[in-house]
Amino acid sequence: MMQMTGAQLMVRLLERQGVRTVAGIPGGAILPFYDALSGSEQIHHVLARHEQGAGFIAQGMARVSGVPQVCIASSGPGATNLVTAIADACLDSIPMVVITGQVPQAMIGTDAFQEVDIYGITVPITKHNFLVRSAQELLEVVPEAFRIAMSGRPGPVLIDVPKDVQNQLVTVAEFPAPAVADPAPQLDLEAVELAAKMINEAERPVLYLGGGVVASGAAPLAVQLAEQAGLPTTMTLMALGAMPMDHPLSIGMLGMHGARYTNFVLEEADVLVCVGARFDDRAIGRAAQFCPNARIVHIDIDRSELHKIKNAHVAIHANVKCALEALLPRLQATLRKRWLSHVDSLKTRFPMQFPGQDDPRTHYGLVHAVAAALDDRAIVATDVGQHQMWVAQAYPFRRARQWLTSGGLGTMGFGLPTAIGAALAEPDRTVVCFTGDGSFKMNIQELATLAEEGLNVKIVLMNNNALGLVYQQQTLFYGQRLFASKYRTEPDFVKIAEGFGVAAVDLDLADNPRAALAEALHRPGPCLIHATIDREQFVYPMVPPGAANTEMIGG
Amino acid sequence: MIEQVSDPLPQAGYAKVVLELDVNNHPGVMSHICNLFARRAFNVEGILCMPVSDGTRSRIWLLVFDDQRLEQMVRQLEKLEDVLNVRRHGAEHEVFERLEGFFH
Repeated sequence: MMQMTGAQLMVRLLERQGVRTVAGIPGGAILPFYDALSGSEQIHHVLARHEQGAGFIAQGMARVSGVPQVCIASSGPGATNLVTAIADACLDSIPMVVITGQVPQAMIGTDAFQEVDIYGITVPITKHNFLVRSAQELLEVVPEAFRIAMSGRPGPVLIDVPKDVQNQLVTVAEFPAPAVADPAPQLDLEAVELAAKMINEAERPVLYLGGGVVASGAAPLAVQLAEQAGLPTTMTLMALGAMPMDHPLSIGMLGMHGARYTNFVLEEADVLVCVGARFDDRAIGRAAQFCPNARIVHIDIDRSELHKIKNAHVAIHANVKCALEALLPRLQATLRKRWLSHVDSLKTRFPMQFPGQDDPRTHYGLVHAVAAALDDRAIVATDVGQHQMWVAQAYPFRRARQWLTSGGLGTMGFGLPTAIGAALAEPDRTVVCFTGDGSFKMNIQELATLAEEGLNVKIVLMNNNALGLVYQQQTLFYGQRLFASKYRTEPDFVKIAEGFGVAAVDLDLADNPRAALAEALHRPGPCLIHATIDREQFVYPMVPPGAANTEMIGG
Repeated sequence: MIEQVSDPLPQAGYAKVVLELDVNNHPGVMSHICNLFARRAFNVEGILCMPVSDGTRSRIWLLVFDDQRLEQMVRQLEKLEDVLNVRRHGAEHEVFERLEGFFH
């Protein structure tokens, strides 16, 4: 029999679960937990400068490891500051356990100092959430939170712990076993047979990979599937890297900023094999006109995604990896020469274009120069906006979990803290964070966290002193009425970085920007790499919002 | 440029359906369920909830319209951790009918 406080019990349960790094910010209602955490020899606490930063640091660790990671905040504003990072994790299916302090139970509902109903607030943006009412309950709630976060379709789980529960003494006879993920759902082999038949009989099949392929560790199987059945393969923003971009069967990213030929190939498909993707509007454009001639095979771990946007002819509720393992032996090896040569001719006629790619002072040129200076071991994080789409289009991703981006929620401010989290999880890799000046300013305070941890994060700031995608949309779709999209003053980002104790390089001033860039990328430790880009350069091609994918402009 | 906005679905005119849910009994379960309907502007016409057996579980009866989103709604209900199972009944189910007297 051991006696301990609820706070000490939480720390022990996190240790037993294998948690080694957490990110957070202390405050009144979570102080008992922090006091217990200070006694842990196993858990390294990273002190963020804003709770949203802590949330994204946890996400960064989770996105590269695939294992649920933990962030911590106090009650009230601490908890509400986490909301964006939680919603982001929910939309991108990232496993995360969020711990918040709460005012003592006797004060709940009295508008006490720093009280908010974070349980109520996070109902629609978590997989599940808990308001813990006794220290005893923690024995069940903490492992449950991890089990839920990692089972099925991963996602965030919140545990709100009132201060008195953290201080309450509890007698523990035996610790619960660390949580493991639920077994995969029973596979419907009849549906797998049907899917195999449909693919074998198809003349113009296309494979459409989503984030579920990455989440289930099925990227090598997906590549094998494509090769065996001769399937041209497109990836969503979340799946980039699942198949190497330079693979002969890769037709790149689909959707709003995909290449023209990619969307044209999809238009002609007679069978669409959707694996771990959810027919998101940015990927498919106007749903009724997406793959109008295709019969659809849809494999997803989340039953409520099947038939949600497009009715599937064969719907398979399964872990992607299990489904592909069952599907592979049932598929004929096919060269599919005619279809693949047609795909190639579309690619030649409507290729992705990278104007300026040989000049590192242009947006595409900068992305190419960064890629040329690094190998496949590097991790690439982005913020949200034009730079994010340019990197998605141009960076040669070659492995799963190499690419970290805010897909579903599109959160500006995501990049820097996520890159910090990635570097914490994989300290031996170089982590590059592509960002824009708009996004960077949204979590710029995490430069302090970065400097303190001394991590190998290189921030490549593409600066056009504007909210570039807004500027682009106002130019293209709002009669060039530019409003609230250009900044009237411009901060000195090099000085800001140096002020935080982070080294900085300004490529604008470099005689040889390519050499200066490579040197900055290869020097260990944090670094800001600043590059001015042309505000009049837009992301092309572009499917106007609400249009069909074949109605692209530009590119 | 006008983005594609789907019109709110008129619910009147659809047949009614009775859903029977077995759920865990603790504060918060009802808010998870109601939230799911509310954020989709899917009106719940009737709602009943009582604990069953030893009080660790409850049964919830919902009266809703059978519009085309219902199948999706049921699947999303089934995803909630505290929802143990969902059964569908036709509008002829008497659970709400027998309560009419309290409302008229």
